[in-house]
Amino acid sequence: MTSSDTLLDISDLSIDFTTRNGPVRVVDGLTLSLPRGKTVCLVGESGCGKSVTAKSILRVLDLQAKITSGTIRLGDSDITALHLDSPELRAVRGGKIGMIHQEPMSFLSPLYTVGNQIIEALQLHRKIDAKTARAAAIDMLRQVGMPEPETRVDRYVFELSGGQRQRAMIAMALICQPRLLIADEPTTALDVTTQANILDLLRRLQAEQGMAVLFITHDLGVVEEIADEVAVMYLGRIVEQGPAAEVLANPKHPYTRGLLASMPRLDGDFNRPLRAIPGMVPAPANRPSGCPFRTRCDIARAGICDTHVPEAVTVGTDHSAACHALGEFASQFALPATALQPAAVATNVSTAKALPLLRVERLTKVFPIRKGFLERTVGHVRAVSEVSFTIARGETLGLVGESGCGKSTLARTLVGLHRADGGTITFEAEDGPIDIHTAKGAIARTLRRDMRMVFQDPTGSLNPRMRVRDIIGEVLEVNTTMSRAEIYTRVEALLGEVGLSPDYATRYPHAFSGGQRQRIAIARALASNPRLVIADEAVSALDVSVQTQIINLMKRLQENLGLTYLFVSHDLGVIANVSDRVAVMYAGRIVEMGATEAIFHTPCHPYTEALLAAIPGKGRRMNPSLRIEGHAPSGGATERGCAFAVRCRYASTQCRSSVPVLRPTGSGQVVACHRADDLSLASPVRAA
Amino acid sequence: MTSIDPSAPLAPTDDPVRGLGNESQWQLTWRKFVRHRLGVAGGIVVLLIYVVALIPEFLAPVTLEAYNPRYTLAPPQPFALGVQVEGDWQFRPHVKGYEAVIDYNSGRRIFTISDEEIIDIGLFVRGEPYRLLGLIESDLRLFGPLNAGDPFYLFGADRLGRDNFSRTIYGTRISMTIGLVGVAISLVLGILIGGISGLFGGLVDNLIQRNIEFIQSVPSIPLWIGLAAAIPANIPPLQVYFLITVILSILGWTSLARVVRGRFLAMRSEDFVKAARLDGCGPVRVIFRHMLPSFVSHIIAVVTLAIPGMILAETALSYLGIGLRTPIVSWGVLLQEAQNVRTIASAPWLLLPGAAVVISVLSLNFLGDGLRDAADPYDD
Repeated sequence: MTSSDTLLDISDLSIDFTTRNGPVRVVDGLTLSLPRGKTVCLVGESGCGKSVTAKSILRVLDLQAKITSGTIRLGDSDITALHLDSPELRAVRGGKIGMIHQEPMSFLSPLYTVGNQIIEALQLHRKIDAKTARAAAIDMLRQVGMPEPETRVDRYVFELSGGQRQRAMIAMALICQPRLLIADEPTTALDVTTQANILDLLRRLQAEQGMAVLFITHDLGVVEEIADEVAVMYLGRIVEQGPAAEVLANPKHPYTRGLLASMPRLDGDFNRPLRAIPGMVPAPANRPSGCPFRTRCDIARAGICDTHVPEAVTVGTDHSAACHALGEFASQFALPATALQPAAVATNVSTAKALPLLRVERLTKVFPIRKGFLERTVGHVRAVSEVSFTIARGETLGLVGESGCGKSTLARTLVGLHRADGGTITFEAEDGPIDIHTAKGAIARTLRRDMRMVFQDPTGSLNPRMRVRDIIGEVLEVNTTMSRAEIYTRVEALLGEVGLSPDYATRYPHAFSGGQRQRIAIARALASNPRLVIADEAVSALDVSVQTQIINLMKRLQENLGLTYLFVSHDLGVIANVSDRVAVMYAGRIVEMGATEAIFHTPCHPYTEALLAAIPGKGRRMNPSLRIEGHAPSGGATERGCAFAVRCRYASTQCRSSVPVLRPTGSGQVVACHRADDLSLASPVRAA
Repeated sequence: MTSIDPSAPLAPTDDPVRGLGNESQWQLTWRKFVRHRLGVAGGIVVLLIYVVALIPEFLAPVTLEAYNPRYTLAPPQPFALGVQVEGDWQFRPHVKGYEAVIDYNSGRRIFTISDEEIIDIGLFVRGEPYRLLGLIESDLRLFGPLNAGDPFYLFGADRLGRDNFSRTIYGTRISMTIGLVGVAISLVLGILIGGISGLFGGLVDNLIQRNIEFIQSVPSIPLWIGLAAAIPANIPPLQVYFLITVILSILGWTSLARVVRGRFLAMRSEDFVKAARLDGCGPVRVIFRHMLPSFVSHIIAVVTLAIPGMILAETALSYLGIGLRTPIVSWGVLLQEAQNVRTIASAPWLLLPGAAVVISVLSLNFLGDGLRDAADPYDD
């Protein structure tokens, strides 16, 4: 790569955080160059220093962070040498380099209209009169695909939907036609369908404007979708970089390989167990000596990896990795290439004929909309609308859909956190079926022991004032006659079962990492020997490698204890990997349900098709018209016709007038679509 | 070769910064509080002030009632640890005596501090007998003039020749406890009513909240004056004291009730409370085992911040002459002496009890601030 192609050149950048215990190195000798007009993805788990690196380019680091060495060259000026108040730096910020964030709500001011903020950004850098600036802002909004830009320009941020906010923020970042756009996890908080649209947009704008993009993400699927080049970051260093296709197809560094192996894949066998990277990213204060990754590496060698810091080694065209196994010590690493393949675990699922454990019939949950001084009920939101399904013993039913589709409400209604407004839920207990609504006394206690829930947020769901053993043992203390000693013995056994040391029983939740806390939450769910566990986005808040550890743990527990799962998630990759059957929800209804393979390979509902097409890393090969705009309706509107009709590209007049009901299709699933028979839908997910 | 078995227990060492993890939330809060220097300093001062409130009989040089008409409105005597005897410094704690001249125009004594007369001060001198904490009979005082009867006015004297310093020390007891008792009553009301409001919600919540808003909208001083005026003049001082605390709490509970309600509402939607419900905990167990412990530390901080308000309110009422009355002595009662400008001009030391109010209110505020920061689990 010649230097004239290089737009931004970061060399040997080190950043320290000042803490009470002295400075802590967060970015450690990072070298990275961004070529003109290309997209470079910076990938890594949280805590690797990605965002700090991005912020240092604009010199917007937090107060406790300090650049201790290195240069960031933009053209022929060194950004690190500029004074924080200098006009040169101000010209860089927003002018030469734009930035977008994960959270547009905190990035844009709620006090000014979108147009105001875009115009301000423009007028700061160009001498331009208000009228021209406004026209430019509207034009920019049109370019970023904002519907009705002439009216949206006068809207406030909170009046826009999530995807529109992201577009407004992109418009603001791009209005001065920067040469570099820094995008810090811009799609992480979005629904998969909206994420796909934003990624399309960024790719198009990048091609049109010829700018470079530094895209920060933890999601390798997104990398596959958008990156020209990729740099993998671990504990403040680049461990591997090169052309995206090359790195993803032929990863050299054990960390990159680990990340790829732990990502739920949609090609091949869904039920193939994922290989998780053990442990978690250590805090920067505890950076291991030598190679920082050695503590989690399965090929680390004592005497090399713990003493020598690995240098980047060229392993292909523009492809380099910093691992001793590739450098001068390579001979000492007999690469166990086959060991990387996961041991095949025979999990032949034969649940088709199994007995039902939970039967849900025409379940409806309605939330009143209250308005005014007297809080009169002015309408209803049908969060869950006449949902029927069964879960068989020992199977995992995956429940998937965009945010706001009612999947969490459904899960909570099942365990009794909400009261259903209609329909029945029947649980097949050991001694006969139980109607969940009428259960009282001893029967209700049986139910509470048999049906347990795991929450999304591992921090919020554990009481910070209680010791782990009291948290896990609570259900036994309340519902059984076990003595305290018996409960503590059981808790220690449970901790072992979820992969934690029994010594942890006396600790408080604050001592644990997110993944460990989720293990504790799972142990709590298992304490009463339940038969059904409802996991509400149980792995969504976790980093990819930890997520895989938890998924593997849950699968192992299912096998050992004969558990049945209802697994709620918005992540199609996770759902494909854990579920035997999948139910797709939209606007409070199940629109399609069937075996995982059937849903992913031969979707019958246009919504399922659109969801699948939006999976990052899959969409590029698909027909771009499969993208859907907008977001799921809240269910507040009166029901006329199919709720998906407004976003559906196949919708007919019948779709807008009558509500479709679930009915079986030829390929074995049930689907609620009027046109299921005459459509032949495509899936980007190939069979193995 | 290092190999890691993914199924082995995860090493706790992966984040040793977090310590052993055996520390309860209380211990963590304490550790965080200790780092808040202003808060700790405030706490120490508050502790000292309450020690004074506990044993004023021992600490004050003379009794509350002791007076000496020879020294009406005498100024404060400067205190020194030693004297110069022929160029050598000698340890001899003392104050200087007075030289009094009667100004026949105004009919007042004009005091000047004498250069010669030295009044020696000693530790553990004998004085009037008293009962310490109402139990221990004693006549020991921490310090005082070695020669009983000598004038000893560190904060000066009032118009009857009473020792302002001793009276300020005695006033500590009433002023500091009225805050505690008042807040205790407010707290009981606040937790009860706020808890009901937050737990039941709906119409009950609406009614209680509108009532609180109404009470808070009533101007406080006129309300207090009205209520205080309703106290019969002939009831014993101790009853007046309790009635005043009740009057102060009538307004004080509202803000506490709001805090408690807010906490209950926030806590109700916490995942761990939902998890406890799913564990089968009844409402009583959910409240007392899961919800209350989570915000007790917040309540303590709020209470600490509420005490100064009570102290100030009592001071204001007594200063205006509608609160406590002699023979009960509080800082506010003492400040009544400094009500007119002439007194302040001629005897500004009568404002010194006000300094005690400022110091105690400030240190309570610092303490409360430190506690609030330490109790906030989201800040670290």
